[in-house]
Amino acid sequence: MQQIFYFIFKNSNKLLFLLLLGISLSLTIQSHSFHRSKIISSANFLSGGVYERVNNLNEYLNLKIENDALALENAKLKSMLFNLKDSSDIKRLDSIKGVKPEDLLVSKVIRNSYSVHENYLTLNSGELQGVKPDMGVINSLGIVGIIENTSAKYSTVISILNKKSQINAKIKKSNHFGSLIWDGKSTGFVQLIDVPRLASVRKGDTIVTGGQSVIFPENIGIGTIDKIFTEEKNNYYTINVKLFNDMTNLGHVYIIKSKDREEITNLEKREKDE
Amino acid sequence: MNSALLVNISRFILLLAIQIIIFNNMNFLGFISPFPYLLFIILYPVNGNKSGLLAASFLLGLIMDMFSNSGGIHATACLVLAYFRPSIFKFAFGLSYEYQTIKLNDVLTPQRFSFIAFAVIIHHFTLFFLEAFQVSLLLEALLRTVLSTLFTTITCIIIIYLIKPNKR
Repeated sequence: MQQIFYFIFKNSNKLLFLLLLGISLSLTIQSHSFHRSKIISSANFLSGGVYERVNNLNEYLNLKIENDALALENAKLKSMLFNLKDSSDIKRLDSIKGVKPEDLLVSKVIRNSYSVHENYLTLNSGELQGVKPDMGVINSLGIVGIIENTSAKYSTVISILNKKSQINAKIKKSNHFGSLIWDGKSTGFVQLIDVPRLASVRKGDTIVTGGQSVIFPENIGIGTIDKIFTEEKNNYYTINVKLFNDMTNLGHVYIIKSKDREEITNLEKREKDE
Repeated sequence: MNSALLVNISRFILLLAIQIIIFNNMNFLGFISPFPYLLFIILYPVNGNKSGLLAASFLLGLIMDMFSNSGGIHATACLVLAYFRPSIFKFAFGLSYEYQTIKLNDVLTPQRFSFIAFAVIIHHFTLFFLEAFQVSLLLEALLRTVLSTLFTTITCIIIIYLIKPNKR
């Protein structure tokens, strides 16, 4: 017994090191292998609060750019409104296809990362505003990412610039589906894989979200085709997509609160149980 | 004892603050950002409590992970650096380092420079290897290690010079 105590006392540093190393390594492996349920995330009171303060300062420097973007979006919406034959039917117009206006939640990016392989954003709205994991995040140009963790007032978003993200997308004119992934190389480009060879693709074609996922509604813009590669081994295309969004410069975003989602997931769950 | 403890605590908070507010937003060429927060581990007193250093570096890394959403890679890297710190001391200053009075925040000598550079290399290699987490990305991790080591070392030396108490 005494010897055990002596051993522990003598090697206390080594044992402490091994214990802490075990904890940190398991945290690392856990974050790499599971899609969600990260234990340490920036959706909490401390880091969310710090980022919100810092962002408040930064906002003043970006006011002009943000204003320009808003003015541009406004002009676009107005031109759509005025060029309509019957401009009295605003309700049908004033929405993205498939998204009801009451389902959109305006939020602000208070922390943006794009320099590592697994990038996350932090938003300044959380459970109190009704944000839940797996909701889609978009802005006026296109998709941004998917909510991963939430706390009372903040939430983290798994960015499309993240090797773990995989989003259903399609070519706008031909309805051929593929998966949108990121190879970790450039912040302006993502990759669309598993597009069948039958699809006719041309440089400059628009890529939009597909209707197969319950996270994003159909036809939200992603980007345009930049380069097309053919895989020798299988009959699929790999397409380099140039993003509409500048992911290094994000301000206000919209969170999509789809009420259909619960219904669909419940239905699919019931199907599985039977 | 108390003044040393106070200096360490304030260093811990200050370095974390500038790392998170300023240096985390720096991206040279899109992917190189310096990590001067590990100055806390480098500047920890040579004869200080070793278990204290291990626990403090673990906490330091964990807070960094929390702010950058990176799982546990900073915690692991800081822990590895803290554990191997005595060996780096031996390598850079010779075997009898504990009997000398080593002051790191002073004029830059080859020994001090090699100590800082080696500490940064060990930390960064662990960090970027765990971040890539795939053998196929090893080359890219190495490239990031080399480039970021350069920037971190330079930033660390500049910070040491800036906060050095002017005695002469």
